[in-house]
Amino acid sequence: MISASANSVAAKTREAVLSVRDLTVSLPAGMERPYAVESISFDLVHGQILCIIGESGSGKSVTANAVMGLLPRAIRVVSGSIRCDGSDLVKASPEALRSLRGRVVSMIFQDPLSALNPLMTVGDQITEVMLAHDEGTAESRRARAIELLKEVGLPDPTLMYHQYPFRLSGGQRQRVMIAMALALEPSILIADEPTTALDVTTQAQILKLIRDIQRRKGMSVMFITHDFGVVAEIADSVIVMEKGHIVEQGSAQQVLKSPSHPYTRRLIAAVPRLTGEDRSLPHADDRETILKVENLTKVYRSGSRFFGTERVVKAVQGVSFDLARGRTLGVVGESGSGKSSLGRLLIKLMNSDGGRILFDGQDIATLTEDAFRPVRPKIQMIFQDPFASLNPRSTIGHILTVGPVSHGVPYEQARKDAQRLLEHVGLDAGAFGRYPHEFSGGQRQRVGIARALMFKPQLLIADEAVSALDVSIQAQILRLLDQIQRETGVSMIFITHDLRVASQICDEIAVMQRGRIVEQGPPSQIFLNPQSDYTRELVAAIPGERPEPGHPA
Amino acid sequence: MTALAATSAPSAWWQSRGVRRFMRHRLAIVGLVMIAALTLACVLGPYLLPYDALYIDLRARFSPPLTGSHYLGTDPLGRDLAARLLIAGRISLLVGFFAMLLSTLIGTVIGVVAGYWGGWIGAALMRFVDAFLSFPSIFLLLALAALLEPNPLMITLIIALTSWMEVARIVEAEVRSLRERDFVLAGRMLGLRSMHIMFREILPNAVGPIIVAATLTVARAILLEAYISFLGYGIQPPLPSWGNMLNGAQQYLASAPWLAIIPGIAITMAVTSFNFIGDGLRDALDVRSDHF
Repeated sequence: MISASANSVAAKTREAVLSVRDLTVSLPAGMERPYAVESISFDLVHGQILCIIGESGSGKSVTANAVMGLLPRAIRVVSGSIRCDGSDLVKASPEALRSLRGRVVSMIFQDPLSALNPLMTVGDQITEVMLAHDEGTAESRRARAIELLKEVGLPDPTLMYHQYPFRLSGGQRQRVMIAMALALEPSILIADEPTTALDVTTQAQILKLIRDIQRRKGMSVMFITHDFGVVAEIADSVIVMEKGHIVEQGSAQQVLKSPSHPYTRRLIAAVPRLTGEDRSLPHADDRETILKVENLTKVYRSGSRFFGTERVVKAVQGVSFDLARGRTLGVVGESGSGKSSLGRLLIKLMNSDGGRILFDGQDIATLTEDAFRPVRPKIQMIFQDPFASLNPRSTIGHILTVGPVSHGVPYEQARKDAQRLLEHVGLDAGAFGRYPHEFSGGQRQRVGIARALMFKPQLLIADEAVSALDVSIQAQILRLLDQIQRETGVSMIFITHDLRVASQICDEIAVMQRGRIVEQGPPSQIFLNPQSDYTRELVAAIPGERPEPGHPA
Repeated sequence: MTALAATSAPSAWWQSRGVRRFMRHRLAIVGLVMIAALTLACVLGPYLLPYDALYIDLRARFSPPLTGSHYLGTDPLGRDLAARLLIAGRISLLVGFFAMLLSTLIGTVIGVVAGYWGGWIGAALMRFVDAFLSFPSIFLLLALAALLEPNPLMITLIIALTSWMEVARIVEAEVRSLRERDFVLAGRMLGLRSMHIMFREILPNAVGPIIVAATLTVARAILLEAYISFLGYGIQPPLPSWGNMLNGAQQYLASAPWLAIIPGIAITMAVTSFNFIGDGLRDALDVRSDHF
């Protein structure tokens, strides 16, 4: 699998700092497969960034945790070896492992908020690492911590030293995590999806930081990710994992440009490409407006005006747009931009504080819940998290039929509709009597789509509808949504943080920042010729690729 | 696009993780067996014993246990203690069970409404709960029992009225977190009415903690009934209950100790068993625990 000729030369000059041989890790009985990873072997070469890429459940995080000796109790290493720093980590005693962690191998995690202790200052958490390994004196540890904070690019390190994690942004927290991981100058850094929870512009900064530090210190980095864009940005060599097996490994160039394994090819093909091409729809000349939003405003208030602790957040400020029947408007923005609030205002899961929402000519912004109920079936929503959006105690049949039945549709007819729709969205009609936990994430999202279609709505609001899914599933769901729109002529508002996804499905894109629409236009304009600085920054931060005009969708 | 089948075959309920975890809890199994035995004995026992609970045999007063066919001896009036114990058990267990049912019902309704609406409705309801909690429940119980006619129905009602608050608090906390889940938003998107969302969508997800609280409430209710009956304000003789059997026994503690020991053991068995079951259920239904 490794191209022998290319690597044998490198192997002589560069030694492996970590070498994994025939590693097999078992899963508890009753899981979908007996082993989390099965006889995998790979080397982490000195001074390289090795990306391990795979979809959820591929065993990539288990591999990282096995190296750190951080596997949950129910999951055990059955056989194989992990050689590092002259010893076998699989056989090492807990004491020996503890001494290696932080000093030789250290790790950064996906969610920096839960990985940092909320009750300790940033400085205390960094010095604690050194204290645990009996490094230096109180004074030298403090000096080193401040030096580290400077090194990871945090502003005003002496002030930062005394801050608590909740005061920092997501990107700053991840920088603190990196500073902690670097405290003892480890030779190996394991990064488990360190940028997945971050916004795209922050992600670009953190990737650059990891790259810079790795180069400066000559470290070796094992980088776990699910995003080929990130791989293209940062990797020297790549390992592709599927269901606990390594299906392909090689240099980044080789795996990305000429993948040999069919799974890798499928995965790369599924990665949403940024396309600068506008979408063509059959109803192109039908310009009738279905939704007209004028000056919509929403303000969140928390705390108390009386005690003077009131905080006012303007989530949506003066947003206006039109949506033509049968068209899709993408709403793109980073977290906190107000895009999800906008979605909830449009479907009246929240009430707006000002402005008008003209749906089919009727202003629904001011309607009471009772007056709006008859309109509800015409506007439906697809939610982000397919696990939280289906009631775990209800059968799929109940989830689909409960809405229509409560609006007076006879149960028998609702049942027939539901079974027909289940087949339409690519599930079999037998799913009707089953519970959500029996389905995978992608299948559940199909149920969520079927639920939204039960009423034959005129407007669908998809709130990050594919964000929680693996890329191959993401591509399937996007195709399904596109197919549904072509068949039913439903209009869509597609809310997403991922510009690549938006470029695939939208006729028009609105870019939101701090509650305002900063730019709106067709994909060709947004991606190829952005007018506002913010859009330009967003497009530039997309990992892995630059937009190409006329790339097929 | 291919039709996708479900990832796993549906498994029977007794193979579920919760049941397996409960079965691993040894004390809970002991509790379950004891409660089953006690209930069975109270239901069938009186038909199998040779004596009626109210039959007075003055020649056999103060017989110690295992005298003739008086397996547990007799009381100061010569009534068979085994027969009285089992009839008393029927009353004590029934009072405990129905008090639990009623208090769980009240607590659940108040908890769901307070948790779902939050805001001033939730605050008002929860302060009402706090007000009830701030009364010392034993004094409230005794005061009510002294004012009202003490029959089993009244005792059940007043025990229920003083023990629903715990359930209300548990349910309120649970519903408040469930309310934030997307499936509740989805329910609103579909245009379901609030009542439907509260009781048909959210409530089934809060059943675990409710069952645990209910089990522990049975134990508490049995204890409370014994307590007020022992003090003479509860179930009145000649109707026996475990509490008033203890009351009748206290003046003979030195001469006929079994009169106190036997109903005492019955109360202890019932209460500890229900507590064990409650603990077992709590461990089994706690989704946050990572033990398989």
